[in-house]
Order: sequence, then structure tokens, then C-alpha cells
Amino acid sequence: MESKLGMRNAKSMAFKGVVIFFAFLITVPLIIVLLYIIKQGITQVNWHFLTHVPLPTGETGGGIANALMGSFIMVMMASVVAVPVGMLAGIYLSENPRTKLAYYSGLCVDILQGVPSIVVGIVVYFWVVKPLGGFSAIAGSIALAIMMLPIIIRSTEQTLKLLPDSLKEAALSLGVPYHRVIIKVIVPCGFAGILSGITLSIARIIGETAPLLFTSLGNNFLTMKITGPMDSLPHIIFTYATSPYDDWHDLAWGASFILLMFVLVLNIVTKLLTRKWKIQL
Amino acid sequence: MENKRLELSDSQLKWETIFKWFLIAMSILLLLIVLGVLITLIMESMPSIKSLGISYLWGKVWDPVQNIYGAYPFLIGTLLTSFIALIISVPFSYAIAIYLGEYNPKGWLSDTLKNAVELIAAVPSIIYGFWGIFVLVPLVRTLEMKIGVMPLGAGVFTASLVLAVMIIPYGASLGITLIRMVPSPLKEGAYALGATRYEVIRSVIMPYTRTGLFAGVLLSLGRALGETMAVTMLIGNTSAIASTFKELVFGPGNTMASVIANEFAEADHTMYLSALIELGLVLFLVTVVINLIGKRIITRFTNN
Repeated sequence: MESKLGMRNAKSMAFKGVVIFFAFLITVPLIIVLLYIIKQGITQVNWHFLTHVPLPTGETGGGIANALMGSFIMVMMASVVAVPVGMLAGIYLSENPRTKLAYYSGLCVDILQGVPSIVVGIVVYFWVVKPLGGFSAIAGSIALAIMMLPIIIRSTEQTLKLLPDSLKEAALSLGVPYHRVIIKVIVPCGFAGILSGITLSIARIIGETAPLLFTSLGNNFLTMKITGPMDSLPHIIFTYATSPYDDWHDLAWGASFILLMFVLVLNIVTKLLTRKWKIQL
Repeated sequence: MENKRLELSDSQLKWETIFKWFLIAMSILLLLIVLGVLITLIMESMPSIKSLGISYLWGKVWDPVQNIYGAYPFLIGTLLTSFIALIISVPFSYAIAIYLGEYNPKGWLSDTLKNAVELIAAVPSIIYGFWGIFVLVPLVRTLEMKIGVMPLGAGVFTASLVLAVMIIPYGASLGITLIRMVPSPLKEGAYALGATRYEVIRSVIMPYTRTGLFAGVLLSLGRALGETMAVTMLIGNTSAIASTFKELVFGPGNTMASVIANEFAEADHTMYLSALIELGLVLFLVTVVINLIGKRIITRFTNN
């Protein structure tokens, strides 16, 4: 009996050891990837790198100003479209959870969340690129906006569902019209939660390459023309990473470093926002 | 008594109605986007569906120059990369779920690990792909030289390795939530009967969360099937099917997503383009079905 108990305890300890081993082993590839990108990228980044466009192969120097500008413009345009649409749809879902429309829209949010990004790229190619007659930053931002929508909708919906009903009832009982209750009471109360959804969605789309391949393409020149092709951080990494030239690889390492920093900062902001939100509740 | 609501002025009432319609319109817009995606994919792949029919799916040859299209190499490539990735990732995501859900749910160590797992999901796939080309490919090449396969480095196995790391967070974060939801009376009952921690996990927690954890695996699979950039950069991109199993796993291949990413821009005739879009349609339908099943299981699990 004694020895059997010992066996069982030993088995339990062994299992715990295996679980801890596997659970922490996963941080190894993460740390290796992060350190490698930082090591390769940080030496490339300087003021010149950030403010100049890439040079033809053979000439040293050059930077990623066109990609930075392009990513900024396209993410901005995507947010301008996706944030209001996503918030309104999220408000509808949290306010009318039991309607048929809410059921089907909720289903669509689930579907959109799982759609491979390359499929979004194909579809936007036929929706925007073909009718407009060429690759454009507009097409790229629409593809990114579609990718952003499900995250914003879900975060809005879930945040608003956490708010106590008494808040809305109190405002309504004072005779405040419905739209003002939503805009002046409900949304401000859930602001941090909604904002965290927005930053999270930006963090996700800023690194998306697949939907941009057939929509905004790329451009070696600094451009603000939204009806023409435009470069972006992930796209410049893709083209230069798969090129055979060493100085282009260096450029891509620098761009990866910048992209990684953006993603990290956006994720930290999201974390802080959700933490603040939890305290408020 | 007069109804309070009547005291709203006409313009306020008007705004209220407009606002409500706005909310409805945005929800309808969502339906339209999803339907639009489906309809566009079907319409644009019509030429290939019409002329090739269902046999397109198991056509073994993909040769755009000769105008022969078969999706079989890409179906195999997609399934193979996804399943290898899944097999590698499942022990890790289960271990993370059990560790953070049961052994160590609170504290700085568990917070750090949880943030690390979330960070894995946050790193863009293009960065994994780029890193893979320069670090993982040479490593796999040396491995391939040792086991006697053509040392290309890039191939199905390399792509699956990176894919495995990328999909771990999806299964893990769901698993953590589910394991924490196991009612403590159940666990306490088992402890009171003298069960060890391992026995509680095996006989109480695992049976209780089995379906939910399976849903997590499904969601990871959905991710793996549609993942594009990292796979495109690492899989070696060939549309030929390898003859031996060893070559199939270690040799170059192509997935549905990677062949679209590579060839969509250079597809110069209707048939070629629509054959590629049909791949997109298949990918869309498969991921939608897998995701919806996964989500349905989770909703049912959390509601009980």
C-alpha cells in the first residue's frame, strides 16, 4: 500500500514536470525569433533609414520611408472605415442579442474572423482593383478594414455587455433619447474596452501581407496618391527577404525590426487598456 | 399620464430612428460582406468549375502552360503541413493550458508565460517566414543531409515547424479559459477521495474539458489551413507531387494559400485565374466549416 502511494505521487510529480517543461519550452522559439530580429535589425535603423526610399541594388544606403508612409496611410484609412462600422455593429449586437439579424451577423463575425487573409485579398481584387483598373492603396485599406472588423465588433460587443443595465435605464428614465444614451453614456463607459479592441486590430493588420499582395502591391517611391500602388512594411519585407541581394536583406531586417516594435507597442497599449478597464469595473 | 417618450422633440425622435437604422444597416453590411465574399469567389471560379467539374479536386497535374489544372498537390500540401503542425503543437498547447489553468493560474510567472504565448500570436507571419528562411532553413538542411534526403532546406517539414509555433496560442488560450472553468467541487471531491494531482487532471479535468479542448484544436487547424506568408516563404513552392513518403514530408511542396500567393499575380488567362480562385473558394469553405464547428462547440460548452 505504501509503495503504491509512492508510485502514484511520483507519477503525479513526473507529470507536473513534463507539463512545466512543455509549457516553458514554447518561450524558446519566441525568444530566439525576437532576439534574432532585434540583433539583425537594430544596426540598420537610423534617421537615414527612416527618411529615405530604397535604392537600386548595388548602391548602399537607402531606407524604408515609402513603406512607413504607406503602412501609416493604409492603416489610417482602414481604421477610418472599420472603427465606426465595427462599433455600430458591435453596439447593435450587444443591444439586440436575441434578434434574428443579430444571430446571423454574429455568425458572419465568426466567419470573418476565420477567413484566410489571402481570400480577402482575392475578393478585394475583384471588388476594387479590377473596377478601378489598377492596384491602389484604397484597395489595400479596404482589405485591411475587412480584417479589422471582427475584432472591433467583438470587443465592442463584449465590453458593452459587461456594463450594468441600470446605467442605461437611469439615463433613459431621465428622458434622454436613445442615441444620446448610447453615445454619451454607454460608449464613454466602455471606452477603454472598445479602444483596446481597436489597438488590437491595428496590431493585427499592420503585419498582414497576404491581403496586400494583390491590392496595394508595392511601390519603390514615396507616394501619397491613394489611387495608385503603395508600399507597406510587411510587403517591403516580403519583396526584399525573397530577393537574392544582401543589402536588400539588411533593409528587410531593419523593416522587420520596426514592424516588430510597432506590434509590441500596440500590444502593450492593449494590455494596459484592458487592465485599466478591469479596475474600473 | 402622458408618456415620457412623447416629450422628446420631433428632431430627437427623428435622430433616434435614424440611429437605430444605422445600427441595423451596419449589421446588414456584415452579412453583405460575407455573402459578397462567397458570391464573388463562386462567380469568378465559374469558368473552372464548369469546364473541370469536381474532378478538379483530385487532378494530379497542375500545369498552367499546358492548361491542365488539378488541385490534388495543393490539397495534399495543405493537409500535410496543417496536420504535422497540429501534431507538434497539440502537446505544447495542452501543456500550457494545464499549467496556466490548473497548476499555476496566478502570479508573475504565470502572467509572464501568458503574455509570451499571446506574443507568439502577435508576431506577424511575414517575420516568422523571414526568420525561417535565414535560420531554420539552414538547420533543416543539415538535418536533411544526415537522414539522406535532398538537402533543400525549404519544404513541407520546415513550413510545418514554423506553422506549429504560430498556431500554439490559439489552442492554448482557449484551453486555459476552459480548464479554469472546471467547477472546484468536482476537483475537491476527487482530492477528498485521495486522488493525486495527476489523477485529478486525468480523470476529472480532462473528461470535463475534452470537447472544449477539441474545439481549440479545430480553431488552430483553421488557422493553419489558411496561413499564407510564412508557409509561402518556407515551403519551397513546387506543384509536383513527391513519390516517396520521405520526400513528401521533407521535400518542397505547395499549399492552397501559397500557390494563390505565388501565382495569382501572374495568372494571365481566365482559366488559370479561375482555377486559382476555385482553390480560394475551397479554402474559404473548409475554414468556415471548421471555424463554425469549433465556435459551436465552445458556445455549447460555456453555456452549460
